[in-house]
Amino acid sequence: MIDFGGWLMPVNYPSGILDEHKATRTAVGMFDVCHMGEVHFRGARAAEAVQRLVTNHVAKLHDGRAMYTVACNPRGGIVDDLIVYRVKPDHFLIVVNGANIAKDYQHFVQQVGSWCEIRNASDETGLISFQGPKAEACLQPLTRAPLATLKPFHFLPDVEVAGRPVWIARTGYTGEDGFEIFCAVPDAEPLWQAMLDACAGVGGKPVGLGARDTLRLEARLSLYGNDLNDETTPLEAGLGWVVKFDAGDFIGRDALLRQRDAGLARKLAGFVMLGRGIARHGYPILDRSTGAKVGDVTSGTVGPTVGKNIGLGYVPAGLARAGARLLIDCRGKPTEAEVVEGPFYRR
Amino acid sequence: MSENVPNDLLYTEDHEWARQEGNLVTVGITQFAVDQLGDVTQVDLPREGEVLKAHEVCGSVESVKAVSDVYAPISGKVVKVNSPLQDSPEYVNEEPYDGGWMAQIEMSNPDELKGLMNSAAYEEFLKEHEG
Repeated sequence: MIDFGGWLMPVNYPSGILDEHKATRTAVGMFDVCHMGEVHFRGARAAEAVQRLVTNHVAKLHDGRAMYTVACNPRGGIVDDLIVYRVKPDHFLIVVNGANIAKDYQHFVQQVGSWCEIRNASDETGLISFQGPKAEACLQPLTRAPLATLKPFHFLPDVEVAGRPVWIARTGYTGEDGFEIFCAVPDAEPLWQAMLDACAGVGGKPVGLGARDTLRLEARLSLYGNDLNDETTPLEAGLGWVVKFDAGDFIGRDALLRQRDAGLARKLAGFVMLGRGIARHGYPILDRSTGAKVGDVTSGTVGPTVGKNIGLGYVPAGLARAGARLLIDCRGKPTEAEVVEGPFYRR
Repeated sequence: MSENVPNDLLYTEDHEWARQEGNLVTVGITQFAVDQLGDVTQVDLPREGEVLKAHEVCGSVESVKAVSDVYAPISGKVVKVNSPLQDSPEYVNEEPYDGGWMAQIEMSNPDELKGLMNSAAYEEFLKEHEG
């Protein structure tokens, strides 16, 4: 168990990281993500308030629809990466990273607290993620909610799983199909048990932080605190697709426009290791001819499904193109890596 | 945690084990070290013929979770390494005291064996230091 932002969470359950990873790719992986934060925005100006905070186009959402986005500071740096859910025209839910709850809530209230009601429901909301190719088949017997017609990034509020009131979202952080179940905290444990029983027969397993990292990195999903922080912008991080300059006057828009027009100095690049070794967070990235440091690895691990050691790191923009070679300083051993575009793994 | 600490081996505080057979000492990492690391994905071994000093880094074991140096328990020349570990690092997880051995060293100073712990001392050490 490790301390993860004040929560005691397991790096792995007894079956181990590789086994948990495989279970999620082939059957079902279950993730206790109760540490994630939930902030509700309610009122006539709720949509306006959310749009002021995030870079993606909030007006494109309709009831029951969710989207991935980031919130920026005035410099364009990322305050957090988020999922915004539109419940009703005057009710939005924003799910934030567990380690950022206090920071995000303060930012939200400071920026738009007078525009609508903002309520931090993190302490009373549980969240269980149920991911994998057999997730729908295993979850359906526990609920009358029609899962087959629930599309990715859509959700159903006010439904039941195993007789308990929940919201079901077709979202996740693994690169697989799957669901995230919001519930009241006292319902989390019985729901966890019911869902675990429902997937045990197909080889479903609980998954800890270790495999959560290998799964999300194979799918090339960013991790706040590693790949994203207050100093990195969504344009640098390869998240330009969630920045919609025509969405409205969101915080950070001017800085991001200036950065876009000036051109990026650095970009987050994905790479596969060619030599032996796993690149890990903080390892230096070196220039191949001079040996000088040109960047840092932000995430790196074994890619159990792709069969390669993979990673992400910020490099000069000229090096962030498919086929470019990098040299990564793995504990004093310069090791070759090659830049690749897009996810390492696609289902 | 029930520890797997064979009583015919000697141990270091860095969780290596040493099996003495005459002038040769076979070296690996303990069950405790393996449990801490989890799934091992890569093993770096010393070179055959390399001369090592006790406590010197002689290799590394990398798992999904972390990378950890392996230290030579005694001084001497590496006479053999378990090269199949390069392709099958999982032996370290499955058989840390058998198929997961890492190197065999020809001792240059057998007195150094006195500085290692026996199984009872190592078990005591685990209790005290690792909870």
